[in-house]
Amino acid sequence: MNAFTEHVVVLGAGVAGLCVATELVARGIFPKVIDRQLEPGPESCSWWAGGMLAPYCEVESAEEAVLHYGKKAATWWQKHTDVVEHQGSLVLALDRDQADLKRFAKRTQAYDVLDADEITELEPDLSGRFSRGLYYREEAHLSPRNALRALKTKLIQQGVTFINQSADPDMLAKDSLVIDCRGIKAKPDLDGLRGVKGEMLILRCPEVQLTRPVRLLHPRIPLYIVPRGDGVYMLGATMVESSAKKHASVRSVMELLNAAYAINPAFGEAEILEIGVDSRPAFANNLPRIRRQGQIIRANGLYRHGFLLAPTLAKMVVDYLEQGIESEWFDTTNLTTTEETINL
Amino acid sequence: MMKNSFNDSSAKRDFYGVQLETPFMLGTAQYPSPAILAKAFEQSKASVATVSLRREASGDKAGQDFWRLIQQLNVHVLPNTAGCHTVKEAVTTAHMAREVFGTSWIKLEVIGEEDTLQPDVFGLVEAARILSEDGFQVFPYTTEDLVVADRLVNAGCRVLMPWGAPIGSGMGLNNIFGLRALRAHFPDIPLVVDAGLGLPSQAAQAMELGMDAVLLNTAVSKAGDPAMMAEAFANAIRAGQLAVKADPMVPRDMASPSTPILGKAFLD
Repeated sequence: MNAFTEHVVVLGAGVAGLCVATELVARGIFPKVIDRQLEPGPESCSWWAGGMLAPYCEVESAEEAVLHYGKKAATWWQKHTDVVEHQGSLVLALDRDQADLKRFAKRTQAYDVLDADEITELEPDLSGRFSRGLYYREEAHLSPRNALRALKTKLIQQGVTFINQSADPDMLAKDSLVIDCRGIKAKPDLDGLRGVKGEMLILRCPEVQLTRPVRLLHPRIPLYIVPRGDGVYMLGATMVESSAKKHASVRSVMELLNAAYAINPAFGEAEILEIGVDSRPAFANNLPRIRRQGQIIRANGLYRHGFLLAPTLAKMVVDYLEQGIESEWFDTTNLTTTEETINL
Repeated sequence: MMKNSFNDSSAKRDFYGVQLETPFMLGTAQYPSPAILAKAFEQSKASVATVSLRREASGDKAGQDFWRLIQQLNVHVLPNTAGCHTVKEAVTTAHMAREVFGTSWIKLEVIGEEDTLQPDVFGLVEAARILSEDGFQVFPYTTEDLVVADRLVNAGCRVLMPWGAPIGSGMGLNNIFGLRALRAHFPDIPLVVDAGLGLPSQAAQAMELGMDAVLLNTAVSKAGDPAMMAEAFANAIRAGQLAVKADPMVPRDMASPSTPILGKAFLD
């Protein structure tokens, strides 16, 4: 195991890389972590994430696996950080979009149907605006940036080395086992990986007090708002089939702001702190994959489920490393290099 | 006589020189994942895929992964100008679509009203004329209005796409009389019911009215099992198409015994 310790490199310190490093350390393997950024920051997609740990809601338009593995996320984050908020989440629709609420209820489980009074009781600042809602009490949320910082701090305390540089996985693979967690930047090396552009906003609005994520259903533009504490809210997120990491469009920002305004008109007075854009890495079924290519293990495709599925993805990577287990997300097709045994 | 004349005119109706293998056009938006989209297309046997182009995505080939995915479906691609509210926007989007997809087919949408997504028929006619003169083969998303249809044909359109009901509403055929009138007035122009279909029976009904194809998206992409719903629509469309070819009986007010007295077994 000692030889292992010195030769595992995790490339990328976004949510995937940090979760993999955390799982490695939990099993006594101490990797080096290499990232272009000195600290968690805007270069990684997870910096812009919503941070909803909402498997029950997400499965409305995702594969069953998102629910199955996503249910484990809150416990994992609770164990490794202290940033998880267990407040459940709310799903709402304006009266004209009640059909969407019905549809959402039909496709999901583990919710309570709330009337206007019950919504007010849960979130007084939503009072009088919504006549029906769905409450998923088992869901949680976290602040992605705090979560990334917390994981990194803990890893450093545990003795993991972080190296701040750009690196080529093929060069590293010459004398180490590389776990490539670069997200969309690994696109040239991963057949079938595509980008799904997301735009989001961060607002400060101390007038509005929300304690849990709220999703506002809409036939074309479903949106969510996640409280970050201290009157700060994350408002997200668009989904555009594009690998562009730039240009938040006026239309997208306008639609996001409209949704915030619909949730509570006081958001009209909010301060816009940030406008974020990034590209989520995704495969055709929008589920993550692990792909072995020689001395490189690529773990990618978390799509919009970074914080929800990275813990499971990380466990699967380490299960493979330690025991050769080829899990559900292990990709046995499209291997560009021949089968080799891990040679350390 | 009736049967023959109908068959003759329907055989002539092609889509700018293209005979479609199936009269099913399916949209590519709002599926849970590209994998499910591909499966739905496989089950639908659709011969045309409509694709909307966000202008921002066409700039630096950032959307090329999705385009490649659409190309792999192996169907005719019909780009659309969804979400355009002005003639200028629609024309610009059409030009970008021609460049990106390499086809002069364009489904022309000029939206006039945000709540119903009703077409702005005035802008539609103008944009159709500009694009037709520029060599585009325009598939205009319009209402069932006869006069507008006539203007569109004069502007160069050789296909008409009347709505069944507002986009995404799933209400089916809201004005059967209007669609029937459209069919009767334009015997040589291919008609496609576009938008508003929610159930396979509504697609069958459109085909029974003599439409040449149906176009839908939400009814499949937002179904619990999009692939299964695609198959259901394929079967319904086929049923409607066969029904027309089979020359249906004419409804009548009085009962008409299906077993004549002569054919009855004689019992003492």
